Amino acid sequence: MKLTSLVRKILLVDLVKGLKVTFHYQPPSEAITEQYPLERPVIFERFRGQPRLNSNPDTGESLCIVCNLCALACPEQLIVVKGERNPATKRKEVVSWTYDLSRCMFCGLCEEACSTDALELTQDYEMALYSREGMVLNQAALERGQEPERYAK
Amino acid sequence: MSERTDYLDLDTKDETFLDATELVLNMGPQHPSTHGVLRVILKLDGEKVLGTECVIGYLHRGVEKIAENRTYAMFNPYVDRMDYVAAVSNGLGYCEAVEKLLNVEAPPRAQYLRVILTELCRIASHQVWLGTHALDIGAITPLFYCFRDREEVLKIFEKYCGARLTTHAFRIGGCIYEAYEGFEQDCKKFCDAFLPKLDEYEELLTTNRIWVERTKGVGILNPEDCIALGVTGPVLRASGVKWDLRKAQPYESYKDFDFEIPTGVNGDTYDRYLVRIEEMRQAVRIIRQAVDGLPQGPIMAKVPKVIKPPVGEVYHSIEAPKGELGYFIVSDASTQPYRVRVRPPSFVNLQALDKMVRGLLVADVVAVIGTLDIVLGEVDR
Repeated sequence: MKLTSLVRKILLVDLVKGLKVTFHYQPPSEAITEQYPLERPVIFERFRGQPRLNSNPDTGESLCIVCNLCALACPEQLIVVKGERNPATKRKEVVSWTYDLSRCMFCGLCEEACSTDALELTQDYEMALYSREGMVLNQAALERGQEPERYAK
Repeated sequence: MSERTDYLDLDTKDETFLDATELVLNMGPQHPSTHGVLRVILKLDGEKVLGTECVIGYLHRGVEKIAENRTYAMFNPYVDRMDYVAAVSNGLGYCEAVEKLLNVEAPPRAQYLRVILTELCRIASHQVWLGTHALDIGAITPLFYCFRDREEVLKIFEKYCGARLTTHAFRIGGCIYEAYEGFEQDCKKFCDAFLPKLDEYEELLTTNRIWVERTKGVGILNPEDCIALGVTGPVLRASGVKWDLRKAQPYESYKDFDFEIPTGVNGDTYDRYLVRIEEMRQAVRIIRQAVDGLPQGPIMAKVPKVIKPPVGEVYHSIEAPKGELGYFIVSDASTQPYRVRVRPPSFVNLQALDKMVRGLLVADVVAVIGTLDIVLGEVDR
């Protein structure tokens, strides 16, 4: 036992074994780095990213019924929904909708609370801005969704 | 346990300052090897450490106080931000504590899903530990390999619950997300691919003479000291105490699975490394069993929409990757907890630092902080 370990020590077996592993990953086919702006990552369906307010695709009306459940569910209280009852249709309609993205931690509780699937956390993930202005989203911005950023040289 | 007599006395000025042989050195809070914002004041005699004092609180966010102003369901995402390396385990501990308070139990399918994700999280957490610990000691390669392989776990998390790090995967009463299509295959594929990778990590480190020299006999903790200090998790098990909450007080469906508790002999840094490596193998074993036996059925127990537990208090602890993670919740029958107290494993394990580094060299302090596997988000909360 003692002798074998001594021989292994002299022959640098541990070093050779380790280097074998390292050199095994040398060919470029083993590279896993993602060249980000050029190469887009795969975002999965359940990803919780930029919020969006959905509207009915046929009529274009907002799906939000101003039930205020999302605002009540939010741990950070960053959603403010104001609505008014329309006397003609007797339905509540959105007057103002704000979503403060700068305080959001994307826990998804608002999305779960929504009873009409109006509020949705989408797969858009590029939410960085140069200033805090623009982080508070209103109804129009929420319905429009994220405008794709173009990276060009 | 021997009494600690020589407390650091940093305030008294030495009259014969020029003759002083002791040097007081600040390590951190911006030191990369303190794994965050830990500040350690070292009292040195040359290179030898005579004593240490930890200064914590640089990452304090008042999570326990936040809990008093949130409903039970609302507080759930916050616990992910304590031990952000093992967010799933934190969520599991909190959800189980509230379930105990409500006297409900998650359905079997939810329990199995929870076990699979928690064990995946244990692997991910140990990979971060191994990578950073090896990096601290001077081996850079394992860091890249560990983070490369951890990506597969994070992909499973993202597919399952929509987030990679602060997952918010479980809800009180079960899980809200059903296993996605191909979940079982993904887990199995990960397990099959991960075991050879684990052997590669071992080839890089286990027999490497620099690694052995730097870790063997460094930071020895004997079992009595471990128990006296309240140290839990792999640090305790490496000292030879066979204590794992998954076996000692089986929660969730852990009693259904067949796995071993690895223990060490010497209680040094090398043993702690071996114990954690073996724990990853056991985690793979548990995942395989859980995926094979994943029952069908509901994933959410009957829990009222507004959670209002009866008056009472509860303590529930789970075996997080770093040790015993306990939640103590006091309810006053309102929608918000009256008090939440967290027993974080990192904070308690950090108390052993002074005991371990006395008499060692400065370079070994880095190795000992690494081997304790602390996350400052959890230490400060």
